[in-house]
Amino acid sequence: MTTHTAHSATLERPAEQASRLPAWEQPSANIREERDAYVLELEMPGVCKTGIEVTVEQNELTIVGHRSDAEPQGEAVYRESRRADFRRSFELDPSINAAKIQAKMEQGVLKLTLPKAESIKPRKIQVAD
Amino acid sequence: MNLIRYQEPELATWSPLNRLASLREEMNRLLDGSLAGFTSSAGLFGGWNPTVDVFQDKDNVIVKAELPGMKKEEIEITFQEGMLTISGERKQESEVQEGEVYRSERFFGKFHRTVSMPTKVEAEKIKASYKDGILSVELPKAAEAKAKQIEVSVS
Repeated sequence: MTTHTAHSATLERPAEQASRLPAWEQPSANIREERDAYVLELEMPGVCKTGIEVTVEQNELTIVGHRSDAEPQGEAVYRESRRADFRRSFELDPSINAAKIQAKMEQGVLKLTLPKAESIKPRKIQVAD
Repeated sequence: MNLIRYQEPELATWSPLNRLASLREEMNRLLDGSLAGFTSSAGLFGGWNPTVDVFQDKDNVIVKAELPGMKKEEIEITFQEGMLTISGERKQESEVQEGEVYRSERFFGKFHRTVSMPTKVEAEKIKASYKDGILSVELPKAAEAKAKQIEVSVS
């Protein structure tokens, strides 16, 4: 029902729909694998520690960053920033221990450490006598 | 081994530039990474170009630059002949990067942006701060620039 309503709105006002900017900005990401964990870094300038929401639902990791820096007073002479909040989702592999994800925010870069589950880590087995 | 698969968010979140970037990525993959260094997100445009905004109010010109993940000491600000230049270098973490890299979208290296001031400013009174990855530079307008504004508003 809601889909239907939204659709008719699109048909009625195509120009308005087209000019609307997307609600979210996609943060740039780096992902690398370390021995015990995966490390995910996301660039979210203007977002402080309290503006971060990290959720894991089913196997989906979603990161939302709300900008906290105030819009400067006065008129814009020149502007490139979009000032939209950040959002990005990743699918987690079952080998990641989602309960032990750690997050750290530093100067607009969110660093998530996603530890590997004990079960997949290489294990040394001693030969018994 | 694909352990973290990237999932495309809702289509609406993609700006044309993002689409272009992802197209480039696809092409890189197609060419087996041989163009990776050449066209890496910023490389195509000749380096890292941080986002810059310039605002002005009655008393100040405010320049904001998005520089996530830097150290204060790595940012250099100079002012000369009505031009404000922000430059620096973002360094990769020093720790040894062992293991596989799955995604590398962040740009590391040098950047350089110059903006011209819309009005005369007092070079000695320029102030800058760096917080949450955003550099803010406040440039107080020169008295003569302010006087001119007042004149206009009175007449």
